[in-house]
Amino acid sequence: MNEPIIQVDVLVIGAGPAGLAAAIAAKKAGVDNLIVLEREDQPGGILRQCIHNGFGLHRFKEELTGPEYAQRDIDTARGMGIDIRLGVTVLSVSPEKRVTAVSRDHGLQIFEAKAVVLAMGCRERPRGALAIPGTRCAGIYSAGTAQKFVNLEGYMPGRRVVILGSGDIGLIMARRMTLQGAKVLCCVELMPYSSGLNRNIVQCLQDYHIPLYLSHTVIDIHGKERLTGVTVAKVDENRRPIPGTEMEFDCDTLLLSVGLIPENELSAGAGVEISPVTSGAVVSDTLETSVPGVFACGNVLHVHDLVDHVSNESFRAGEMAARYALGERRQGREIPVRDGKGVRGTVPQKLLLNDETAQVDLMFRPDRVYRDHYLTVYADQRPLASVKKMILTPGEMAVQPLNEKMLAACREAKEITVAITEEKAV
Amino acid sequence: MYDILIIGAGVTGCALARQLSGWEGRIAVLDRAEDVADAASKANSGIVHAGFDAKPGTKKAYYNVKGAAMYPALTKTLGVPFDPIGALVLGFSEEDRRTLQKLYGQGQQNGVPSLRIIEREEILRMEPNTNPDVVCALYAPTSAVVSPYEMTLALAYHAAQNGVEFIFDSPVTKIYEKDDTWHVETPKGVLSARAIINCAGTGAAELHNQISDQKIRIIPRRGEYYLLDHTVQCPFSRTMFQVPSKMGKGVLISPTAHGNALLGPSAEDIPDPDDTATTRAGLDFVLEKCRLTWPQVNVRSVITTFSGVRAHPDTDDFIIGPVHGAPDNAFEAIGIESPGLTAAPAVAKELAEMVAEHLKLPSARFLRSAVPLLRPFSAMTEEERAEACRKNPEYGRIVCRCEVVTEAEIRDAIRRPVGARSIDGVKRRTRAGMGRCQGGFCSPRVMEILCEELGKSPLEITKCGGESKLLVGTLNEIAKEARVDE
Repeated sequence: MNEPIIQVDVLVIGAGPAGLAAAIAAKKAGVDNLIVLEREDQPGGILRQCIHNGFGLHRFKEELTGPEYAQRDIDTARGMGIDIRLGVTVLSVSPEKRVTAVSRDHGLQIFEAKAVVLAMGCRERPRGALAIPGTRCAGIYSAGTAQKFVNLEGYMPGRRVVILGSGDIGLIMARRMTLQGAKVLCCVELMPYSSGLNRNIVQCLQDYHIPLYLSHTVIDIHGKERLTGVTVAKVDENRRPIPGTEMEFDCDTLLLSVGLIPENELSAGAGVEISPVTSGAVVSDTLETSVPGVFACGNVLHVHDLVDHVSNESFRAGEMAARYALGERRQGREIPVRDGKGVRGTVPQKLLLNDETAQVDLMFRPDRVYRDHYLTVYADQRPLASVKKMILTPGEMAVQPLNEKMLAACREAKEITVAITEEKAV
Repeated sequence: MYDILIIGAGVTGCALARQLSGWEGRIAVLDRAEDVADAASKANSGIVHAGFDAKPGTKKAYYNVKGAAMYPALTKTLGVPFDPIGALVLGFSEEDRRTLQKLYGQGQQNGVPSLRIIEREEILRMEPNTNPDVVCALYAPTSAVVSPYEMTLALAYHAAQNGVEFIFDSPVTKIYEKDDTWHVETPKGVLSARAIINCAGTGAAELHNQISDQKIRIIPRRGEYYLLDHTVQCPFSRTMFQVPSKMGKGVLISPTAHGNALLGPSAEDIPDPDDTATTRAGLDFVLEKCRLTWPQVNVRSVITTFSGVRAHPDTDDFIIGPVHGAPDNAFEAIGIESPGLTAAPAVAKELAEMVAEHLKLPSARFLRSAVPLLRPFSAMTEEERAEACRKNPEYGRIVCRCEVVTEAEIRDAIRRPVGARSIDGVKRRTRAGMGRCQGGFCSPRVMEILCEELGKSPLEITKCGGESKLLVGTLNEIAKEARVDE
């Protein structure tokens, strides 16, 4: 009756870009007993449906499509003999790193891992979470679901489209649906700025003359069976609709690109501390969570804009997980990293500094758009770096590296603070 | 020729069908929608009311108390989620106390067990998140929560197993009696029956008025709700009512039978009974009212908002029995608003006996016990899960990650009698798509399984029947169309 328990050194959950990179790094760091569990029937994660190009500019110095980018890591991992198990859904992770999973081929399986890498990615915020009034008809999709229908299954979800939210997937889908013969009427964004990358605004909306309505939102949804239209209105500074500004759009499809949420149900079950700001784990610069031996990377840790950053972060997580599994226990001085003025969701949330630490990338998002401001890092009250940025926008994750010299300067600090300042800090 | 045609596959119609399947006879349930529980039965508070709200002597009071008493055993037989969590009606003033005392008195007269009035300290001990301004409350320990659409489905499954036919997508366009036979016209054809039972919810008045010279009026009354994710604990462990108003029992906050927090309903009379849109005003009203019960009200973990339309009779009471002023062998259970869900088993029991006796149906057949629903994987222990996967490998494929629903459960939901035919049909039967991501992840997978099971193309799959198709064409078809337009 009792299932045999499978012992594993490093168990990676998810074979998207984060999981693949973590597995490759763990293998390179000397761990052979390594398993990657993936719930889909193919590895590659969300990249499989991202058939547009623009991936890999930082990492490979060339423009790849999503599937091409993923394939490079899949080939590398397979070439290294990494055991990637497909069609396996993880049901739970315990604080002791006992992992239960289920699959068609092997039924219920129990793993005991020395180290676990959480690489489950994120999910899209649905309509319900916004509580948009109106009917609950067919024709309302999250942008990623629509992308799956179009790019993986070959079906069109609609002909006349309004997009709510200016997240990158929504922008990409505006272009994709247009190229495929649909009419995209507009993209509507609640905030006074877009949450997507600027290059996507230009290449996916402006190039196709699709209007972007900033400080607008959908206030009503019409249609009993299939969507027949939406009402859009301008919002005030408190994001409340302004009466009299309503516009009616006659459409059969509403795509939502209104935010991504790290998928941390398994992490929470393992007792991992979750940041209310990033909705991902609280980690140190080793990417270790509050549960010893459990590491997190990629979009499950915090939502990235660029897969190149996901891979980089995940290489580190994989290496650190391997070293943990091989018995290394990192010693160091713990220094908290705090969000200062204008900054949200800095990752990592703490440093575990020792002589080995060569570089740490601090990643965060500004809380609004800033022009000609300084990105400043303080060790206590002392500025370590203060770098002028022409533009800082919530749609683009900011990265501030701390080099060896800066790290040396904060050895004795009680805390590190990241802030956006008007003046250069000296 | 049917012996009995039941019009309306809501909870009342399905309960009647199940009850009547205990007699010999050819019985069918007819509905305009593509599934059971398409209207008020899927969108209500899901409360099995204790029975103190209804005025003594009314049909509402009578059937409420009788129905509530039947629920524990019936839901066990049917395998439907049911939880007797109890309820509090909160009072915030001495005037409210008088109302609560009146409710208490009504409860005593109606025969509701174990009611008592409790004071502030006890309330805050029982439910620490209650507004500390509370003065007193009526405590009804027998109040319970049930999953209303699963209740309706289970009744339908059981009825179908006993030979009742279900005919969907068939709105009644005309109904008349000729030569002791009832004729019911639908766009698909004319059905005839010895007897008809009108259980048509908000559409019941139109049918009634076609066959009776004693006209009635049913007013569509819409209620809007917020539903929160069950990963965030409901702030209350019991159903929290406020003192009722003339529009209904007021806004409640309650855990559902599945552990989500439910906030609502508003109450608004509307012209179109099919208008189940939510509105900013309605949702804001719910939040505002909830603040009295729960001052820290927050709906950050909202997963959906929805509304249901109750069939409010202008007489304010259920109309149950033979149709007065109509030819023989016409029966009805109409004007069934709250506590209709609670009352349904009792209404069905008495009305079924009346109809069967009237038609002199032989009553030798016993109801078999319901074929059990496939055990939800999410409710299994680790050992049970391992065992289930060994027996059926389709238990090993998780289709809906938020609610942990497997391929085995989804296939069963489609294959069983009165099976699912749409994405929403699968959702109500299995919970696939009811979680945080609201089907973003699983709907393409559910669609694939529906296609396989029903032998359909993805282009034919609907959200909830009719024209609610999810896809409009293949990439080539739509691209070609666009080129022609240019």
